[in-house]
Amino acid sequence: MIQAKGLTKIYGTRYALRGVDLEAEAGEILGVFGPNGAGKSTLVRILAGQAKPSSGSVTLCGHPLATEAAQARACTGVVGHLTYLYDDLTAVENLRFFARMFGLHLKEPELLERLSRVGLRGREHEPVRHFSRGMQQRLALARATLHNPRVLILDEPYTGLDRQASLFLDNLVRDFAREGGTVLLVTHDVDHGLNIATRVLLLVSGRVVDQGPADAFSAQTIVTAYETGRKVPQA
Amino acid sequence: MQKNVRLSPADWILWGLTSVAIAVALYAAFLYAPTERTMGDIQRIFYFHVASAWIGFLAFFVVFVASIAYLATKAIKWDILAASSAEIGVVFSTLVLLTGPLWARPVWNTYWTWDPRLTSFLILWLIYIAYLMLRAYAGEEEKSARFAAVFGIIGFLDVPIVYASIRLWRTLHPKPVIAGGGSSGLAPQMLTSLFIALGAFLVLYIALLRLRIRLEKVNRAVRQLHLEINR
Amino acid sequence: MSYFAGIAAVYWKDVLLEFRTRQSLSTMFTFCLTIVIIFNFVFEPGSPAVLEVSPGVLWAAFTFSGLLGISRSFSFEIDRGGLQGLLLCPVERSTIYFGKVLGNATFMLLIEAVTFPIFVVFYNLPPNMNLLGLVLVFVLGTLGFVAVGTLLSAISANTKAREVLLPVLLFPVAVPVLVATVKSTGPLLRGEDLAQVASWVKLLLAFDLLFLAASSLTFEFIVEE
Repeated sequence: MIQAKGLTKIYGTRYALRGVDLEAEAGEILGVFGPNGAGKSTLVRILAGQAKPSSGSVTLCGHPLATEAAQARACTGVVGHLTYLYDDLTAVENLRFFARMFGLHLKEPELLERLSRVGLRGREHEPVRHFSRGMQQRLALARATLHNPRVLILDEPYTGLDRQASLFLDNLVRDFAREGGTVLLVTHDVDHGLNIATRVLLLVSGRVVDQGPADAFSAQTIVTAYETGRKVPQA
Repeated sequence: MQKNVRLSPADWILWGLTSVAIAVALYAAFLYAPTERTMGDIQRIFYFHVASAWIGFLAFFVVFVASIAYLATKAIKWDILAASSAEIGVVFSTLVLLTGPLWARPVWNTYWTWDPRLTSFLILWLIYIAYLMLRAYAGEEEKSARFAAVFGIIGFLDVPIVYASIRLWRTLHPKPVIAGGGSSGLAPQMLTSLFIALGAFLVLYIALLRLRIRLEKVNRAVRQLHLEINR
Repeated sequence: MSYFAGIAAVYWKDVLLEFRTRQSLSTMFTFCLTIVIIFNFVFEPGSPAVLEVSPGVLWAAFTFSGLLGISRSFSFEIDRGGLQGLLLCPVERSTIYFGKVLGNATFMLLIEAVTFPIFVVFYNLPPNMNLLGLVLVFVLGTLGFVAVGTLLSAISANTKAREVLLPVLLFPVAVPVLVATVKSTGPLLRGEDLAQVASWVKLLLAFDLLFLAASSLTFEFIVEE
């Protein structure tokens, strides 16, 4: 579903990514962990098509991002730590706008149904600026999945969420994966991320230092890998 | 780093050539070329004035080409070339705007006239001052390169339209009493002197450009080190 | 997803947002009116010079107030991460540009439509003007100013200097538009035929087409790293 080969990103003379390969299959929740400056957000921006890699390629649902950008983006949903919502529009207006940008002609009842899925029914005509951070993030999730994507990219989605809201988000993400979706979750919150991820990828200084099934990792091994910049040998 | 700072043999040759060429151009402008009949000696500034203008255009054309090349390849060398050429272009076009009034005052009896060529050149100069400001304020290196490249393309595409609009504006008005230039009846020695001056400034441009590019590389390397130290 | 549907979606979103907040339109209109009034102090009331300079005053007011709207059109997107959100959509990057151009042009033309009658009254302009010709010149001039302005606003909004940089970048490039609109507005205000200003109209048309094309091609390099 998600395939990235040899992703390198150079900003001027600074390397943000140095040849990152990754792959995620249907039903997987791939947790990408890394310390600050590891290149996590650059990776997300490239996978989401917001930035172009200096070299390397990305394929989403079998569509290369470089040549079939529209199809690749049409099968991908992205939730960032920014919500990409418009404060002065209502919840339903925000959804309607993004539906049109994705070429969907969703009628009012369909939009409301999407809102009730994320527990926002009844607030649909309120401007987003009145929403709490948790509600905004749920609306962002509804926005990101409007077009029924098969790939979901989550970039630090827990920022500013309380415990209840993060658990709600976790359930939605698990359901998405169970129904055959592919999730890429980028976070610095190792404990939380390990809890939900099925597979783990460690990124340090723009390189993949380790990857494997989630139960092979503990918060301790991950933090050690951060510090040493190397794979931690299994005990 | 050492290699970057020292002048290469090619540069020594280039600067030697520049010195000779400028000396020859001075000789040609002041001694070889005949004195213009109506304007007198002041006309001799013409050789450097016109040469600066052409080199200024050339420098901005280089910015335009390098900008397209940067967007196409994202190779940093094109950004360095564009940044360097733009700065030198601004120096040469500032020279044009300074030598012009010096010439105009005794001849046209005014420092400034809103003649199409003068006005267009002033706008051109403003565009590239804006270009340098954009570079100064854009922020990170990569962003500044992208933005400057787009502006370098837009700005250069604008030049012919600016000229067309200003010419149209002036021709709809009564012509200025004295038309500029006098390039039609140029004596052969004058034309030769002009080309010598042009050649001299061209070598000067290339020599300056090489220096400026080297400076830019060192500058960026230092900034990079600075970033790494502060990380 | 058709190209034009994307443009329309961005356009309607901007119009809806503006209709909600009215931040751009209200400041643009107030500023436009202020400029018209301030320039009034420059001339003796009833002086014949008024007709001579009124096109310049008019376009100074239009473009300065237009600048306010144009500079906001990307800064509010960047504050909320909206531009990044737009980049996720499966549309050509240039649809965002064209949607914003149409939005900015609509706002500027609205201000022009409201200010112009007030201007005619304030400056006692004779009523025998060529209104159809004026509409054409206003539309073409506004489109050209907005075509370059929207592109450069995407640049300036992303820099440290923000809105301060936009006028410095925009006005030198927009000189042909300013000259052409001012010079053609004059004769049209005096009721002259459109044929009298044909070369200006052609110049405006050339500027509009060139910069709409060049901007739509370069826009993706501004928004995409």
